[in-house]
Amino acid sequence: MENAIQELKLTKKDFESDQMVKWCPGCGDHAILKSVENVFPELGIPKEKFVVVSGIGCSSRFPYYMNTYGFHSIHGRAAALATGIKLANPELNVWMITGDGDSMAIGGNHFIHLARRNPDINVLLFNNKIYGLTKGQYSPTTPQGSKTKTSPQGTFESPFNPGELVIGARGKFFARVVDTNMKMMSQVFTEAAKHKGASIVEILANCVIFNNKIHGLITGRETKNDNQLFLEAGKPMIFRQERDKGLVLRGTQLEVVTIGENGITEDDILVHDPTNPDPGIQMMLANMKAPDFPVALGVIRSVKSQPLEEAIWASVKHEKEVSPLKSVDDLLHTGNTWEIDNGK
Amino acid sequence: MTAKLDRVVELDQAVIRFAGDSGDGMQLTGNLFSDSTAFAGNDFATFPDYPAEIRAPQGTVSGVSGFQIHFGKTDIHTSGDLADVLVAMNPASLKANMRWITNEAVIIVDTDSFIEKNLVKAGYESNPLMDNSLSGHVVVQAPITTLTREAVKELHIDNKSAQKSKNMFALGMIFYMFNRTLDRTNKFFETKFAKNPLVVEANKKVLTSGFNFAHTIEAFANTFTIKPASLEKGVYRNVTGNLATAWGLLAGAERSGRKLFLGSYPITPASEILQEISRHKQFSAIAFQAEDEIAGVVSTIGASFAGAVPVTSTSGPGLSLKSEALGLAVIAELPLVVVNVQRGGPSTGLPTKSEQSDLYQALFGRNGEAPLIVMAAQSSSDCFYSAYEAVKLSLEHMTPVILLTDGSLANGSEVFRIPKVASLADINPPIVEANDPDFQPYRRDPVKLNRFWAIPGTEGLRHRIGGLEKEDGSGNVSHDPLNHEKMSALREAKVEKVADYIPELEIEGDEDADLLVVGWGGTHGVMLTALEQLREEGKSIGMAHFKYINPLPKNTAAVFAKYKKILVCEINKGQFVNYLRMRLPEFKYEQYNKIQGLPFMVKELKEKFSEYLSS
Repeated sequence: MENAIQELKLTKKDFESDQMVKWCPGCGDHAILKSVENVFPELGIPKEKFVVVSGIGCSSRFPYYMNTYGFHSIHGRAAALATGIKLANPELNVWMITGDGDSMAIGGNHFIHLARRNPDINVLLFNNKIYGLTKGQYSPTTPQGSKTKTSPQGTFESPFNPGELVIGARGKFFARVVDTNMKMMSQVFTEAAKHKGASIVEILANCVIFNNKIHGLITGRETKNDNQLFLEAGKPMIFRQERDKGLVLRGTQLEVVTIGENGITEDDILVHDPTNPDPGIQMMLANMKAPDFPVALGVIRSVKSQPLEEAIWASVKHEKEVSPLKSVDDLLHTGNTWEIDNGK
Repeated sequence: MTAKLDRVVELDQAVIRFAGDSGDGMQLTGNLFSDSTAFAGNDFATFPDYPAEIRAPQGTVSGVSGFQIHFGKTDIHTSGDLADVLVAMNPASLKANMRWITNEAVIIVDTDSFIEKNLVKAGYESNPLMDNSLSGHVVVQAPITTLTREAVKELHIDNKSAQKSKNMFALGMIFYMFNRTLDRTNKFFETKFAKNPLVVEANKKVLTSGFNFAHTIEAFANTFTIKPASLEKGVYRNVTGNLATAWGLLAGAERSGRKLFLGSYPITPASEILQEISRHKQFSAIAFQAEDEIAGVVSTIGASFAGAVPVTSTSGPGLSLKSEALGLAVIAELPLVVVNVQRGGPSTGLPTKSEQSDLYQALFGRNGEAPLIVMAAQSSSDCFYSAYEAVKLSLEHMTPVILLTDGSLANGSEVFRIPKVASLADINPPIVEANDPDFQPYRRDPVKLNRFWAIPGTEGLRHRIGGLEKEDGSGNVSHDPLNHEKMSALREAKVEKVADYIPELEIEGDEDADLLVVGWGGTHGVMLTALEQLREEGKSIGMAHFKYINPLPKNTAAVFAKYKKILVCEINKGQFVNYLRMRLPEFKYEQYNKIQGLPFMVKELKEKFSEYLSS
């Protein structure tokens, strides 16, 4: 046993594949890959237990760049593929890599059902708010009015907010990170890995070619201080390095207040509780938009609930104990049977 | 219950059709008669005929539910052309079924239901019991509703509940007609309604009343008996095609030593497979009801990657939705069994009717060069062996298999001799051992050409697969033109190689005849019956009936070459015959097609065969 634990001393190198990484220079995906390579060795899981699956899109090339078991599937279907893998073998540590086109459009149905069913799968949703691999068409998360190749007059459609969708689909874990902060990504990916059930992490990712600086207000050097709120469980929701702004609940609405003004102190600031099964405030946090509000980052919702595969395999165990059928031979003889012993 | 008439006529075979409103319990009545038939030692086959709606408007022709049983002392291969006896619980069921009975058929009707209101609903302008329109038939008029109510009077149950058991009155009459005992059915009531002794008592009383009534009024000039069939020694049961399919899959999983995973979405007429697998977690079988057909197949491909016996079940429109994922399974070279229970198409088509019109879709319905194994079950009980075989071929050759069954096989039932699972062929999936130093994701077996199953969780075999073209051997993504050509050829050759592992085509009937009739899948029973009857009449005729469609059995051309004329019969517009024209263009094929959502009848096949015999 001691040997086994020692053997688990893995490093980043163990997870780097020999394939050339073909994302565009400057693409946010590079930093995400590095963060995942940093997190995997730290999880205490043997490397052959990791399975990384994806759909189609720039982000979905990810499995080729990880030296794990991997499956690059078809557009939108990674959630279904991952669910099948996890149900067939619950011992595997399954990661699903997807994008906003893959998961919010063609795979929208599979995505919400993954959130609802809650298998223990970690989902990294690269949200660059554009179709990159097909070269610049608008996606279901593209802000309304954006001009793209397929919306020359600006989009007419109201976009999805992935966090709102996950919570609306009764998801139990939702977090958000920015691709510009590897420390934040590593920390949140680790929490996602540890959460039992479907953990969905939205990564605000930059497409340097087709949608450059789409998250600029949130990640830009000058603006990020005002527009990022990193949430921590049990801590007041205070933002800015100066720690002078925070959130309070006014009536049924969140409101940004300045600490030290109008008699407001740190004690007045709302404390973050990601474990509250009631998603009310978590939904409001997920929906906050810059510049009127800071954008909520970190783990927004993390509620305990039995993962799907655990419930199913517990039922298998129970049925094995109680069923009189021990083999298919037994099954074939259930119900009405008759014997012919004087036949041909 | 020993009362018997003296006038007992011995028959070789008979067909009974039970028909009533869809809430009248005709399926149960039919199943109970089947059970009694099994106990009497007859061979039999059954077919339910029910509307697509769960409860179509009461009393209308579209709401009629029927159940046909064909039983006899000889081998029974079909559920019968036309019925010798019709039980019609209301005017609508009489109207709907007149075309399915012989000219001399006995008709038993519930006269209580032949009232103005019901006649109008059924679209009758005059009462058929009065207007001589049933002349030629023996019509047994029984006030079934009244007598049922009377039978349970002393039990003080309400009218509505009492009427629910009127189907048992009719069953009692049929039991009398065919000299059956009531014990077995009474026992069924005791088990089924164990929690409700009043219901047990009511059903028993009604069943007995029906039996006695038929005796008392001397309803039938004769009663009938059919001697036990001479079946092979063994233990038997009744099985529908869908049940047999589910059990064949479970047997395949058990013998392969892997766990069954069924990812599926409810669809008529395939849902029973999903329902049945859902009941068997004790075998570590997981039935995953997906959010749609696509997730059904894709979750199954995931489970296949993870080392399960991967199955998805569906029907025509569902198979259309799965097409893209089938291509993924082809290029990933993973096992995958797709059971497609064919129904009338295109689109939603005729969901509760049967057809063989998904063959093109199974063979060709994917983008790119995407060959896979296509096979078709030949009878309800053959669904067991076909499903087992599909698992075996898929696992051993690392390729998707589409198994075609159809609505008739799926819902129809027949007598099934229960095999020992250990007596079935071994299943040996090509699983890679941990830390195999020679492992490469796309290394191939030199003979079968399959790649190997390297299952996640196994040490030393980490690798990536996916929908992009792979380099031969290494499995790395490759856009190299010559590699693509090579891989396309390898995928095709791998499937063609399967011909070395499937049985050769067997000729049924005469080898030295001029005419060879050809069919595939679910038409086997009816074609065989037509063939046997013609041969009994002294005609010389041979039959080649296909279970394996891609690849074709190796001796197909050799079989065809023995005959002057080849007539291909299908429940579609000619999909198999055109496939044969493509694969074996050296032969001339005639074709006979029917596309009414209905199976062939023995009579029409005999007529068609006779045309070709004399031409």
